[in-house]
Amino acid sequence: MSRYFTEDHEWVDVEGEVATVGITDYAQEQLGDIVFVEVPEEGKEVSKGDDAAVVESVKAASDVYAPVSGTVIEGNAALEGDPALVNSSPEEDGWFFKLTLSDASELDELMDEAAYKAFVAKL
Amino acid sequence: MTEATEETITPLPLDGWHRAQGARMVSFAGYAMPIQYEGIMAEHLWTRENAGLFDVSHMGQLSFTGEGADKALETLLPGEIQALGVDRMRYSLLLDETGGIHDDLMVTRRANDIYMVVNGATKFDDIGYMREHLPDEISMNHMEDQALLALQGPKAVTALSRLVPGVEALYFMQAGAFEWDGATLWVSRSGYTGEDGFEISVPADKVEALAQALVDQDEVKPIGLGARDSLRLEAGLPLYGHDLSLETDPVSADLTFAMQKRRREEGGFMGADAILRKLADGPATKRVGLAIEGRLPAREGAEIYAGDTLIGAVTSGGFAPSVGEPIAMGYVDAAYSAPGTRLQIEVRGKRIDAVVAPMPFVPHRYHRKGAAK
Repeated sequence: MSRYFTEDHEWVDVEGEVATVGITDYAQEQLGDIVFVEVPEEGKEVSKGDDAAVVESVKAASDVYAPVSGTVIEGNAALEGDPALVNSSPEEDGWFFKLTLSDASELDELMDEAAYKAFVAKL
Repeated sequence: MTEATEETITPLPLDGWHRAQGARMVSFAGYAMPIQYEGIMAEHLWTRENAGLFDVSHMGQLSFTGEGADKALETLLPGEIQALGVDRMRYSLLLDETGGIHDDLMVTRRANDIYMVVNGATKFDDIGYMREHLPDEISMNHMEDQALLALQGPKAVTALSRLVPGVEALYFMQAGAFEWDGATLWVSRSGYTGEDGFEISVPADKVEALAQALVDQDEVKPIGLGARDSLRLEAGLPLYGHDLSLETDPVSADLTFAMQKRRREEGGFMGADAILRKLADGPATKRVGLAIEGRLPAREGAEIYAGDTLIGAVTSGGFAPSVGEPIAMGYVDAAYSAPGTRLQIEVRGKRIDAVVAPMPFVPHRYHRKGAAK
């Protein structure tokens, strides 16, 4: 399994054709206490860069963009009852949605973990 | 996430101290201010149970002197200032000719002046407006060498009286001068969280020592602007620039408590004609509290509907940590302002259910004189 990162502080795990998307620990730290997450419905088609999910912290709502194009196969139902999972486990249990990739070549434009760490270090 | 801005950001006296305390700083009203330290939720709940220290040094502290300053201020404010006792304070509003609200503020009569605290984002406009309308013999001094702290929460009195004995004798909306470490503090029993607490005007060169002495008390933690906003929203207190503006007036904003009897009878303040007419006829729109059903917060700007009819908009909203649910404040057509009225709010194309709720959402716990303990 490979993990990719975006400049919008999302992570993407890829296993075969399925990508799992979430926000990074840096992103949850910046957002603060998360009180609501809206994940996309199964079957929704998203293009890279589209608004795909919304995360609401105490102070503001922020969009989560689709880091790659594809068809949503599952939103993380656990976030409905426990949105704070995004704070406590952003890069594991607090994942947002899974999709089937429509264009795996888009992954080439994303960062690997070392590049993302270097990117965050400069912020 | 926070947007970067190009405007000039002025550091306040406690800037370095906030950063050393682990604050995340943001630009607010032209100043760098702490938005949060450990997290809005934890800071909010800490303040409701213990004591939170807020730096509100961006707010404008003004001193008015001259014969008849009280009477002169009454031409701009709808509150009773002439009969305000020494070391007593009240909430008031700075109005324009049409009854619109330039700012909301606290005004205190002191032995030798009238002391006013206005909002940070509006203070320079307020000063210009008041200079223009007050007679020349009334002097206004912008006390830029004073910092301002707020200590809020049920344990504020325990913590502050340990450092500054005597403050415990103040009741809500009373104030006085106290000595601390060679400096004179102006301490009032007031605040904007709905909790008991104090606001402390302190010389800027002593504010860091005082802030440190306060957070050295077990009851006290520093609290950022984020929790200040969620606390005041739960307390049903309007925030200028959001819930109040030149397009709102004291009657629509449900702030008629700030217009005392004599002023309602006599008028004689900016916008009195329009405001007193609205008071008699009833306002077209009214500020209300909204309890949101479900978990999705409705934010400022969200449209409010009764069925298919657009009847208002949210002016403040968010998750309420002490309530455990999202809440909001907004203006609705007065016909829909009764508590219990069921409405819908549009959030990202979805209608969510909301009910007009009495405010405050969390009961006020002020230390009122004569109140049963």
